[in-house]
Amino acid sequence: MTPSAETAPPGPGPGPAPGPANPSARARAFSASRTIATTARVLRQLRHDPRSIALMLFVPCVMLLLLRYVFDGSQRTFDAIGASLLGIFPLITMFLVTSIATLRERTSGTLERLLAMPLGKADLILGYALAFGLLAVVQSALATGLALWALGLDVIGSPWLLLLVALLDALLGTALGLFVSAFAASEFQAVQFMPAVIFPQLLLCGLFAARDTMHPVLEAISDVLPMSYAVDGMNEVLAHTDITADFVRDVLVVAACALLVLALGAATLRRRTP
Amino acid sequence: MQPAVHAADLSVVRGGRPVLRGLGFDVPRGQVTGLLGPSGCGKTTLMRAIVGTQAKVTGTLQVLGHPAGAPELRSRIGYVTQDPSVYDDLTVRQNLDYFAAILDPGRAAAARRRDDVARVIAEVDLTSHADALAGALSGGQRSRVSLAVALLGSPELLVLDEPTVGLDPVLRRDLWNLFHAIADRGATLLVSSHVMDEAERCHRLLLMREGAILADDTPDALSEASGSVESAFLHLVDEADAHANADDTTTAERQEQAR
Repeated sequence: MTPSAETAPPGPGPGPAPGPANPSARARAFSASRTIATTARVLRQLRHDPRSIALMLFVPCVMLLLLRYVFDGSQRTFDAIGASLLGIFPLITMFLVTSIATLRERTSGTLERLLAMPLGKADLILGYALAFGLLAVVQSALATGLALWALGLDVIGSPWLLLLVALLDALLGTALGLFVSAFAASEFQAVQFMPAVIFPQLLLCGLFAARDTMHPVLEAISDVLPMSYAVDGMNEVLAHTDITADFVRDVLVVAACALLVLALGAATLRRRTP
Repeated sequence: MQPAVHAADLSVVRGGRPVLRGLGFDVPRGQVTGLLGPSGCGKTTLMRAIVGTQAKVTGTLQVLGHPAGAPELRSRIGYVTQDPSVYDDLTVRQNLDYFAAILDPGRAAAARRRDDVARVIAEVDLTSHADALAGALSGGQRSRVSLAVALLGSPELLVLDEPTVGLDPVLRRDLWNLFHAIADRGATLLVSSHVMDEAERCHRLLLMREGAILADDTPDALSEASGSVESAFLHLVDEADAHANADDTTTAERQEQAR
């Protein structure tokens, strides 16, 4: 292209010697540097989109603020719903962000390109999870901080435990988004998956009615939906000073669900496509 | 020396329909091989099979001495899809930095990666646009970013799907000069096109139509018989059609006799 390309092979470029250009380029199941490179790339993409970052970080805060004054007369209701929402916001945001981001990766052809390169599927998925997990930490810290110190959310347990649950919820949202993006052919469909996947969990998680007062069939369904445990975990922290057995169970269930769905998401990434 | 690509009885089925039917050909090393044929004839499917991203491939397909799609090949093949596959919300350099980090990871390789990225940006003539967002570039510029990604790490085999579509003649000439410079360094190129006038720039040609290979020869040998590659192609198509019609007639006659 440039004159130099024709006349002389450019200096430091390692000419096309036979054999692998560099031995480290072989594909492995997991490579820390490729994962970190992917995380850095996803964050760099976000940095070119400050409006999305602002929406992700501040909309939950505005919602909490709104909620606080909607329940101006009953602090107890705000405590219960506020704590549940601290668990639900990261899940919903990360679900949306991840499903759209990975869908774009699929439709733009970059996913095919990456999978034809020595990139492990785990590198890609963990890279995404790490990038959005970092964002979720910031989002949860902002929302939790605002709720506890400015809005007077009355939490008996440690705020760190709230943050831990929020982070696991974010991971679950990322995992669900990744998984769902495999079944969406367009951004339009991906957005429609939110009501399909998230709303039933929202209705059954105990936010609107205590789970043990629901119809037994619905209660049984809510027992197998991960968001029920996310909300339950938040309420445990709200009401108890120390770590209860129920809290440990909730955290383990949410974490296990997130890992399971991440693994399912990895299975939807195919190197060979029809 | 064994060929860069060796195919025998290669077939691909897509959506229940055969797209490639029993192809057999070799792509010699260190040359530019052109894959010519009308759109929809199976060029892209064949390229995807060679790169290892196509499902439902049967028959023999050896690439650089390995079965197509083998993990060892992933860092040795550069592939450019027809539509540019780059991140529109990253700059040219950020795109290349990321793909370079996938090909050659680790902090120890950082200096080598930086040089490699600078080299490929210069090779596709985008140095002045290195810090522009890929999404803000023109179509031709974006496809050159996509090409630059494939040049990273100096792969031994470059598979380029219509890399010159929509480019002005000067740029097209420059790109073909670059392809020849890369071949001179010992790499193999497989370049598809549906424009017959690019044929003469290739060392060797594979003419394709309806999932089959009509001819596998040098451009000179092909145009010698009929005057140009295009008329050679038309002649071969007529011949193939006549053959197919003859087959149909004999079948019909046989059916007639059976009655």
